[in-house]
Amino acid sequence: FLNFFFFFFVRIDGFVQQKVSVEVLDHLEHLALVDFRDSEGVERLQKAIQFADQLQEVNTDGVEPMDSVLEDRCLYLREDDVTEGNCTKELLENAREKLEEYFVAPPGNIPLPKLEERETFLQGS
Amino acid sequence: MTFFFAYSEQYHIVPIASLLHLAPWIPVVGLEIHAQISSNSKLFSGSQVQFAAPPNSLVSFFDASLPGTLPVLNRRCVEAAVMTGLALNCSINKKSLFDRKHYFYADLPAGYQITQQRVPIAVNGSLSYSLCIDNKMSQMVTKTVRIKQIQLEQDSGKSLHDDTRCQTLVDLNRAGVGLMEVVMEPDMCCGEEAAAAVRELQLILQTLGSSQAVMAEGQLRVDANVSVHHPGEPYGVRTEVKNINSIRFLAKAVDYEIQRQIEELENGGTILNETRAFDSKLGCTVPMRDKEGKQDYRFMPEPNLPPLILYDTKSLPANMNHQQVINIDWIQERLPDLPSVKREKLVEQYGILPEHSFTLLNEDGLAEFFESVVKQTQMKPKKVIGWILNDLLSYLKQHSLTVKESPVSSILLADLLNLLEKKEISSTAAKRVLAELWKGEGKTPLEIVKEQKLELLQDQKELEQICQAVMAIKAGNRKVLNKLIGLVQRKTQGRSNPVLVKQLLEKKLSE
Repeated sequence: FLNFFFFFFVRIDGFVQQKVSVEVLDHLEHLALVDFRDSEGVERLQKAIQFADQLQEVNTDGVEPMDSVLEDRCLYLREDDVTEGNCTKELLENAREKLEEYFVAPPGNIPLPKLEERETFLQGS
Repeated sequence: MTFFFAYSEQYHIVPIASLLHLAPWIPVVGLEIHAQISSNSKLFSGSQVQFAAPPNSLVSFFDASLPGTLPVLNRRCVEAAVMTGLALNCSINKKSLFDRKHYFYADLPAGYQITQQRVPIAVNGSLSYSLCIDNKMSQMVTKTVRIKQIQLEQDSGKSLHDDTRCQTLVDLNRAGVGLMEVVMEPDMCCGEEAAAAVRELQLILQTLGSSQAVMAEGQLRVDANVSVHHPGEPYGVRTEVKNINSIRFLAKAVDYEIQRQIEELENGGTILNETRAFDSKLGCTVPMRDKEGKQDYRFMPEPNLPPLILYDTKSLPANMNHQQVINIDWIQERLPDLPSVKREKLVEQYGILPEHSFTLLNEDGLAEFFESVVKQTQMKPKKVIGWILNDLLSYLKQHSLTVKESPVSSILLADLLNLLEKKEISSTAAKRVLAELWKGEGKTPLEIVKEQKLELLQDQKELEQICQAVMAIKAGNRKVLNKLIGLVQRKTQGRSNPVLVKQLLEKKLSE
């Protein structure tokens, strides 16, 4: 199920260590706005993948996947009462820019420029 | 070859020759509907849910995504989703899960939305709705659309685009409000079906009270997925149409997009798998600028929420706090009559036609008004319905009034219909009284009848006299002329010139 894993994972079959391709790194930089910055950063990513791959050594046949250690806990249900809010001033203190109680943001998303158009060491790879 | 043309529904001229040469197109329409849950507080926090409040006043630290805050699930939102699932014949998942859907946007402070992507709260339901064939109210067909799933999720904040100053203003009042996303399978084929299905869903939600579903206030948002293909071939590439603000526009947007795709393909073009916005002023769909290619939402389980467990009477745990338990059977037993059931009851109880029951339920408060009038009058419901649908409703529509705003109350109308039923006034006179009642000057029907001398009985007596007089004159009795003049005087309340009247009468009688 391709979409369903932590964002910095790349599926690698078996124990074959594939280098993470430039396309994938570029894709990750777009998605997560992470800057791998230099070859050391990419190497760190590779090592992280390698480390996590140790999970593949465990035989999980017939075992239900666990996605939270809270799975046996009761999900607490809150009564539908108004108990929070009305702290506009406090919240806006965190804003770099504000206008009459609105947060100010750039107009829409500014996507990362395409690989060819930005200064990144990934270009040379 | 001579070219013949035909008019399609949207008055597009379509060359018949091309229709004959090419295989027919099958449009496929699926809908994703977001309904805002009617609750006091938000899905995962205790800030208030309210339309139009000062910006950022209904925002908690969690809604603003400040570090160290955690989601706490609102019980009422779960009940609303279960009610809706049951009303739509869904299987309720006794165990459902929450996930994070990641994307960047200024009105989504956390950078992800908490939703239910893997195992939603309800699946595999159906919604039945009715359509009039050929725009005639007298012929209705029932159609069904499958409901793929219903999931609980958070709403995002609101972005106000300030193009002049090249910035976006963000108001987080709406961020975190509970939504039910209802996903319909692509079982529909045109704008009319989509509109009818959404209208019925809206009525169901309003009857349940799980959402007020007012599209104008953003409580009901519809995205349409549209594609076309030839019979026997696989489904075509679909586009997603957003920014549809009313049910009328939904039908227009879907039909436009179907036409656009057909024309594009017939001209040898291709359809892009893109998101388009409906421009209500131009009546067309345009590509949305702000989409940066295909999104990768990187779904992951929400680590701060355990699975949501629901119970029924059989599985109810013995020693658990009442407040922490949601019993599906308990909710099922307390579901109100759905619109389809209400319509059946109206038809059965009052002997009105099915299409009448549709109109009654389609207008907020009209069914209650009708029943109130029926209770207070001796007139048969089958006759009352005519006055409600033809006279009352058309007047309200002309003046853009809701039933609640009607200057004529159910009591006044019932009084009027009683006068008619007791034959104290004629049907024409009744319509005149109604026209007077619309002015809302506080007069009763009886007062108006007396004022305008519309009493039928008087009319009858005078009519008899006039008929007798005419017959007598025809038989040669000219003395009756004076009697006629007298009658005219009375009718005109003494305002007519007797000499003139005598001349007119003599002239008429010699014709």
